[in-house]
Amino acid sequence: MQTHQYDVVIVGAGGAGMRAALESSTRARTAVLTKLYPTRSHTGAAQGGMCAALANVEEDNWEWHTFDTVKGGDYLVDQDAAEVMAKEAIEAVLDLERMGLPFNRTPEGRIDQRRFGGHTRNHGEAAVRRSCYAADRTGHMILQTLYQQCVKQEVSFFNEFYVLDVLLTEDLSTGEVPEGTPVRASGVVAYELATGEIHVFRAKSVVFATGGAGKIFKTTSNAHTLTGDGMALALRRGIPLEDMEFFQFHPTGLAGLGILLSEAARGEGGILRNSEGERFMERYAPTIKDLAPRDMVARAMANEVREGRGCGPEKDYVLLDLTHLEPAHIDAKLPDITEFARTYLGVEPYTEPVPVYPTAHYAMGGVPTTIDAEVLRNPTDVVGGLFAAGEVACVSVHGANRLGTNSLLDINVFGKRAGIAAAAYAATADWLDLPEDPTALVIGEIERMRDKAQGERVSDVRRELQETMDANAQVFRTAESLEKARDDVRALKKRYLSVSVQDKGRRFNTDLLEALELGFLLDLAEVVVAGALAREESRGGHFREDFPTRDDEKFLHHTMAYLRRGATPDETEVTLGTKPVTMTRYQPMERKY
Amino acid sequence: MTAVLENSAEPDATPEVGAVPSFDVTLRIRRFNPEASEAAAYWEEFTVTAYGTDRVLDAMHKIKWEVDGSLTFRRSCAHGICGSDAMRINGRNRLACKALLKDLDPSKPITIEPIKGLPVVKDLVVDMEPFFASYREIMPFLITSGNAPSAERLQSAEQRERYDDTTKCILCAACTSSCPVFWNDGQYFGPAAIVNAHRFIFDSRDEGAEQRLEILNDKEGVWRCRTVFNCTEACPRGIEVTKAIQEVKRAMITRAF
Repeated sequence: MQTHQYDVVIVGAGGAGMRAALESSTRARTAVLTKLYPTRSHTGAAQGGMCAALANVEEDNWEWHTFDTVKGGDYLVDQDAAEVMAKEAIEAVLDLERMGLPFNRTPEGRIDQRRFGGHTRNHGEAAVRRSCYAADRTGHMILQTLYQQCVKQEVSFFNEFYVLDVLLTEDLSTGEVPEGTPVRASGVVAYELATGEIHVFRAKSVVFATGGAGKIFKTTSNAHTLTGDGMALALRRGIPLEDMEFFQFHPTGLAGLGILLSEAARGEGGILRNSEGERFMERYAPTIKDLAPRDMVARAMANEVREGRGCGPEKDYVLLDLTHLEPAHIDAKLPDITEFARTYLGVEPYTEPVPVYPTAHYAMGGVPTTIDAEVLRNPTDVVGGLFAAGEVACVSVHGANRLGTNSLLDINVFGKRAGIAAAAYAATADWLDLPEDPTALVIGEIERMRDKAQGERVSDVRRELQETMDANAQVFRTAESLEKARDDVRALKKRYLSVSVQDKGRRFNTDLLEALELGFLLDLAEVVVAGALAREESRGGHFREDFPTRDDEKFLHHTMAYLRRGATPDETEVTLGTKPVTMTRYQPMERKY
Repeated sequence: MTAVLENSAEPDATPEVGAVPSFDVTLRIRRFNPEASEAAAYWEEFTVTAYGTDRVLDAMHKIKWEVDGSLTFRRSCAHGICGSDAMRINGRNRLACKALLKDLDPSKPITIEPIKGLPVVKDLVVDMEPFFASYREIMPFLITSGNAPSAERLQSAEQRERYDDTTKCILCAACTSSCPVFWNDGQYFGPAAIVNAHRFIFDSRDEGAEQRLEILNDKEGVWRCRTVFNCTEACPRGIEVTKAIQEVKRAMITRAF
């Protein structure tokens, strides 16, 4: 075992983690622990853009952006947080430009902007050009630019280090630590992939920036490595997860594969059509049609398929039509996604419409934080020295449904805030003693899996998890389907206890890591389903066919899910609480587009 | 500026999505276990059932998940943008997640080896550190002088277009590890580092071109390039790598950029 000591330890090197590192590394001794090389992070897969009311091409302001974010999130957004994000968006985009990000330009040489789903002028009048972009590679450019700046600042990276535990001064998993009791983070435990060695990082501040958990579903735009590690580690240590029942299904995944085709395709004029060739979004969102928010478009698509107007031999997808756009325009604005259609489906988007279907894309929920990225352990108490930013966190700026481009914005605004806050905390905090035997939990779990000669296969349990989540907890949900998912997940959790890995080696044991990741996925799936079952209403990305309308009277609150120890050591149960939604300017209205 | 379509000759080969037949495919994989008593590389063959839209990565996952969990490779996004899974497939560098089995003639075994010129750590995993060290050396970040402007720097669409091609790089190392000069001389910066230097040298906002050109004027710099074009052929992003290297060479002489 090796022990390291840093003022600030950042876990994850995607957009949020690197943005945080750029701030904290100039203020405090900082290390970034990342399970992938930084440039492999899934920020790089984001395509369409990053919204900010620059008003470079038409009238716009941050208040409109705030409103759109609140309405897009079906009024579950904390409005103070949304306002911070929309205001700071402008500086966040300019920061990136000054770092060298190659944005597309207007004829005057300024940052160009384009339309995106749910972003409107003057509170819903019409679509507005707000998304700053670099072709359909905006996330790639952000990831590269932030990494370039980290190279410039000589940020210390520990590449291919998997953080497997976070150390806290109190055991919160019993649920018995009273409100108001100070609780602090003292470091993390990490597994070095190359050697199999365990490292303890002692730190005054820990920032989680570990990204999403799309792999709980089968059809997803997410990378294989997006297994919700940070969310699950926090959950296991007794920290709640907020609003996990809200998962975004992106309308346009490549049919059968789930690979993302950016909403920018529709922002640039692409149209969704059913088997009758009808532009069906006209029926669902008469004003902004194909540019309605993602939850509405995804449901509309699923509904078209359900009512028999799907395309293809199985009638199980709809079509994204770009054929009326000039090939030169497609090449300039949408080069990557059209290449995906060619490479993976053999479809030529210049002349043929592309088969698409919703794909699990983004966790609106996550580790609850304040607007300064401090992690909350209940609706009011923060964990000293523990921060979270990006998809792992729930501020909540996305509420029940995230607007397109607001995730790239989130990682930049709240990544920056997390880095500043973490460094500031470290500047005044004293060093804490590490708990006795800090690696016991991690080593115990690793040895259990490696030592078991025979057992369940990781891939079998994972496949069954993903299949039940797709079948029972996707775009349309009912009590019945969710109970099925819950029972399946519980049964799979039992089977997980007897999982074994074939690779018994120490060096580069990815077999072992997949087993550990599966454990995270199972815990998170259980929380998603528990929240979805309890929320007997439909709001944003969570649609209950048995409760098809929004119920502000009963459910205009955040869900706080806690994993608590059950009767036996291997048993846990999810208990649910609530947290009020912060409202400042906007009262809930019916959501029409 | 999209990448070349690999199966452009047979666009009708996939009639309808979902109606693709299955076939058996054999993968002949170069294995290396650093912890074996006699650690030596060897070939191992696996035969799995695949489907029409499956990529090499899908077949490898099938092996890892159903046959041999110890088969080790890096991967993440699985659609060609994270750059984790560059490997040598049938003798040519590709991303395993972008190489469709049906395009590789599955009637014959498909050979899969780690990319060349970097130390093999385990099976298909190589030590990427020398690659990233070269990248870091060329100062891959915007260099400017004076105070930062309060708004954005202006750049015309034409100026932006000038370096567009090289902004697409995902640092997968397919180009560098396909270069025979790099195979024989690990000190050579390699195509990827030069591509990333190009991205800044030709960016109208950047003022560090002279410094980068000095670095690349080194005996292990651009002049080692023999215009073999392996890099251009290997690039999964369709970047004209050799052309970019030539432009850097020209800038070195003319000092015009």
